[in-house]
Amino acid sequence: MRWLLLKDLQILRRSPLLVALLLAYGGLVGALLGFAVQRDDVKPKVAFLNEVPSSAVGIKIGSQQIDASKYANRLFESVDPIRVKTRAEAIDTVRRGDAIAALIIPPDLTRRLQSVISLAGTGAPPTVEVLYNEENPLKTQAVESRIKARLADANKAISQKLTQISAGYLGILLHGGEFSLLGQKFSVLGLQRTRDVVQQTLRRLPNDAPQRADLERVANFAQLAIDNLDLSKPVLASIGEPLHVKRTVVAGKHVSANAFYIALAASVTLMIIGLFLGGGMLALEREEHAFGRLVRGPVSRWELLVEKVLLGAIAALAATLVELVVISLFDDLRWGRIAGWMAALLIGGLAFGAVGTAFGALTRDVRATTLLAILVALPFAFLALIPSGVVAGWVYDIVRIVSAIFPFKPALQALNAGLNDADPGLARPLAHLAILAVAYTAIARAGLRRFA
Amino acid sequence: MNVRGVTKRFGDRVALRDVSFEAADGELVAVIGPNGAGKTTLLSIVGGLLRADAGEVSRPPREVGWVPQQAAVYSKLSVAENLRLFARLEKCADPEAAVDRMLEQTGLRDRAGDELGTLSGGNRQRVNIAVGLLADPPVLLLDEPSSALDPRQRERLWEFILGLASGGTTVVFSTHDVGEAERHADRVLVLADGELLFAGTPDELEAEVGGDARDFEAAFVRFLHARGH
Repeated sequence: MRWLLLKDLQILRRSPLLVALLLAYGGLVGALLGFAVQRDDVKPKVAFLNEVPSSAVGIKIGSQQIDASKYANRLFESVDPIRVKTRAEAIDTVRRGDAIAALIIPPDLTRRLQSVISLAGTGAPPTVEVLYNEENPLKTQAVESRIKARLADANKAISQKLTQISAGYLGILLHGGEFSLLGQKFSVLGLQRTRDVVQQTLRRLPNDAPQRADLERVANFAQLAIDNLDLSKPVLASIGEPLHVKRTVVAGKHVSANAFYIALAASVTLMIIGLFLGGGMLALEREEHAFGRLVRGPVSRWELLVEKVLLGAIAALAATLVELVVISLFDDLRWGRIAGWMAALLIGGLAFGAVGTAFGALTRDVRATTLLAILVALPFAFLALIPSGVVAGWVYDIVRIVSAIFPFKPALQALNAGLNDADPGLARPLAHLAILAVAYTAIARAGLRRFA
Repeated sequence: MNVRGVTKRFGDRVALRDVSFEAADGELVAVIGPNGAGKTTLLSIVGGLLRADAGEVSRPPREVGWVPQQAAVYSKLSVAENLRLFARLEKCADPEAAVDRMLEQTGLRDRAGDELGTLSGGNRQRVNIAVGLLADPPVLLLDEPSSALDPRQRERLWEFILGLASGGTTVVFSTHDVGEAERHADRVLVLADGELLFAGTPDELEAEVGGDARDFEAAFVRFLHARGH
């Protein structure tokens, strides 16, 4: 068998274009994925135009002045701003591709914000403008999502500041204190002290004094106001963020989207190379008319199949390894878990190699094998990505059963577990892959009965 | 080599029916017949590629060299690499010596490093035959060995095969070219619809149809007509 394996590697070496394509495929997919899911600290470039005059960045709330630019900076926390001077320059920057979006703060933003805060008008709400380059919907969606998230942060920060100021006024109203208005300082008595003053007065009054009834009404009102305004602070605090989210994972460990995409890309490469090499090299034995000569004596059919499965697995492992190394230049790869993901690559490669040999044995032609591999592999890959809960229960049961007969889903699970310590762990998908490898090799053996 | 009562069915179709023949050491035996007669099936059974439903072959496959119609060698490997690979797979005691011997015998020493894909059809066929001879088998089976060759290449190939036979190797070959069978074979086997209709020398076949045919090919066609084919 080793001579056959060496022969196949020799043939691959004599086909430098094919080998380059196989290795470049892994490297290219890795690089593309690396660019797509690069580290969180790599910020996309966004053109920024601030049309608000420097003299008008402040917003007045009661007696306080707040700097709106401080909150606009929240928008830049997840982007790399490119400062531009005009709207035309912003548009041009996006069109040229120097920035993936442009954020324009209109000159009347603070005025409109002031209007909303002071409840003075019914004009258009304060609006920032975002310009996108729609040539890439995925990119647009990603940027849009980041800007929306940062806009929500800015809104929340402004809201919290307003709440804080309002709560301050409520404090003065309750407890009394100093209050500034139009440059003048006033001493405010406050409801608690008002109540105390009224109650002291009541204690000094005779029981039949005619003022007692009115003063008691004032004291009751003050007490009622104190009790309810005390509740107003938490109510105000909840306005800025009325709903909180408590996240509890009940099934599966948390894996970031980036980490999952890496496992997904590795599974796709493993599948494509394993199928193509396992099936293609078996079909090549027939195309070279060597199959009959081999199996009439020197090599058994089983040996030939196992050799092709191994070849597919080795090539798939090598190409996927190249891909993962390239990805590691862009994102963190958990090298500490190398034993786990190498096991996933090896057993997954064997399973895909076995499917490839089954395709090769059934089609008996290199081109037909390749075509069949693409036609069959892609639907299975898409099926494996359908999550539970998005289709009817019985449809998902069918999806699960169909996915279980092809190695893609268990390979993805194994790689996700190997790379990211995700559920359901390594053992179950590896066992699943091993069973599929044996089953497809047996199918390939049956296909060889009419191969020559 | 003795072949006794070989029968082969593919489903309902009988490809070979009770075929028996013998071939002596150094004898050249041609298997001729119309398309679908069962020539390749017979050689495949004798060579161990197919299993017969009935009958037996005296020589096990390891003692029979097999040369398929189309060159069963790897076009991306060189002449020497192909020979070395099959020498190792055939478990030759000294693979390098076997390669050396076949390069000498085929006259391809100068082309030993050339990829098969760059060789002419004739040279490819010589490598194809050389692979069949690596284990030094006493019997060599050739399935239509000259079908894809031009007359000059064909002549050189026959010189090579006749040299093997004169060295004691039994050669059984199938061919569509009955003239080639007449020229080179010691005996011919005529197969039609899986039945062995005739086994004898070319002269005996001509005598069988009356001896007044223009040539051997005409005698062969008349023989088949006479037998209802």
